[in-house]
Amino acid sequence: MGEEVKVFGYWASPYSYRAELALKLKGVSYEYINEDIFGNKSDLLLKYNPVHKKVPVLLHNGKPIVESLVILEYVEETWKHNPYLPQDPYDKATARFWIKFIDEKCFPTLWLAAWSAENEREKVTNEACEYLKTLESALNGKKFFGGETIGMVDIVASSVGYFIRVTQEIMGQNLLSADKFPQLFQWSEDFANCSIVKESLPPRDKLLPFVKGLIAKYQQDNAKA
Amino acid sequence: MAGELVLLDFWPSPFGMRSRIALAEKGIPYEYREEDLRNKSDLLLQMNPVHKKIPVLIHNGKPVCESVIQVQYIDEVWHDKAPLIPSDPYQRAVARFWVDFIDKKIYELGSKIWKTKGEEQANAKKEFIECLKLLEGELGDKTYFGGESLGYVDVALVPFYSWFYAYEKCGDFSIEAECPKMIAWVKRCMQKESVAKSLPDQEKVYEFILQLKKVFGIE
Repeated sequence: MGEEVKVFGYWASPYSYRAELALKLKGVSYEYINEDIFGNKSDLLLKYNPVHKKVPVLLHNGKPIVESLVILEYVEETWKHNPYLPQDPYDKATARFWIKFIDEKCFPTLWLAAWSAENEREKVTNEACEYLKTLESALNGKKFFGGETIGMVDIVASSVGYFIRVTQEIMGQNLLSADKFPQLFQWSEDFANCSIVKESLPPRDKLLPFVKGLIAKYQQDNAKA
Repeated sequence: MAGELVLLDFWPSPFGMRSRIALAEKGIPYEYREEDLRNKSDLLLQMNPVHKKIPVLIHNGKPVCESVIQVQYIDEVWHDKAPLIPSDPYQRAVARFWVDFIDKKIYELGSKIWKTKGEEQANAKKEFIECLKLLEGELGDKTYFGGESLGYVDVALVPFYSWFYAYEKCGDFSIEAECPKMIAWVKRCMQKESVAKSLPDQEKVYEFILQLKKVFGIE
């Protein structure tokens, strides 16, 4: 068919990762362009995402699609095999609910828990734990949020199951632990062990120093303020 | 197919208005239940235990929460009547992008306009107008964001019109003066019964905001 599929991303970005995992699950070949998001964003990125100027951007036959969740829905609707969203409208609505919950509540609060100042950390951490508890309830005894196989909720939850876990390791926190959240912990292990996930996640030994550097810089900047 | 449909809502909520418009556009009968947000019903707490917020759409006893998810659900279940979301995947992605933009910007900036003063308010007003101008750009020469008929973006955005008067009074500015195309689009939408009947009177919303300001101790 001669389709041109490109992803403008950043190797360490959990949002960028979502777009790549979706394409891999569908077996779609794509060209990956790593953007220097902390330095100089390319003219192409600014052209394709003038409103937010962010990664990821999916380019399909010259047409840009931006925002990771919009990209996920687009990939699902364009390449219909290996579906990762349920067909039934109610089940689809439920999946979208959890996706929104992870994106708007769970992930940002967990991220904040790693970065926040000592005096605020306890409050944010408690909030994060509540969200993790709620997220765990969504698993409801299933192996993945999508059931027997990875679904769209799992793709989005990779932000929590992988990227947050790495961040916590650096911070010496252990929010997503086996004893506190056994089901969720098991899910994150099972998820990271899927071959298609394993081969595409940014490697821990690269990610750890990168996030460490980010946090150190953030703390440095804030200490000056 | 319709079964039993209940919408738990709060009259000034722009999010609740989205679902009201979607259901009205498709001519779907439902029971509207007003919630007192200071005294939430057991049903609301049971149907939306995670967020405890309205709107909640209850279809045959099963809850659908979050307004954008409700509008998509309504469009998918009653897909043969007045479709709101385009069928082409790329057009859908464009519509979803703008709805996401509206969700990230309009409500928060609007809230800052009525809640704050001085520099914070001035910045919020400036950014609010910039966002509306971006949306005007997306609308272009089309009758509606959805083209010839109301679409997903129209349904997501037009409810905020009921708050424009409140924003203008609190922020001492005119949205029409800055964004005439936006107001022209609003007026076209308001000619549709589904929209006109779903939006509360702007003056009522302003009175409600004034009461909220008193309660929160905002000048």
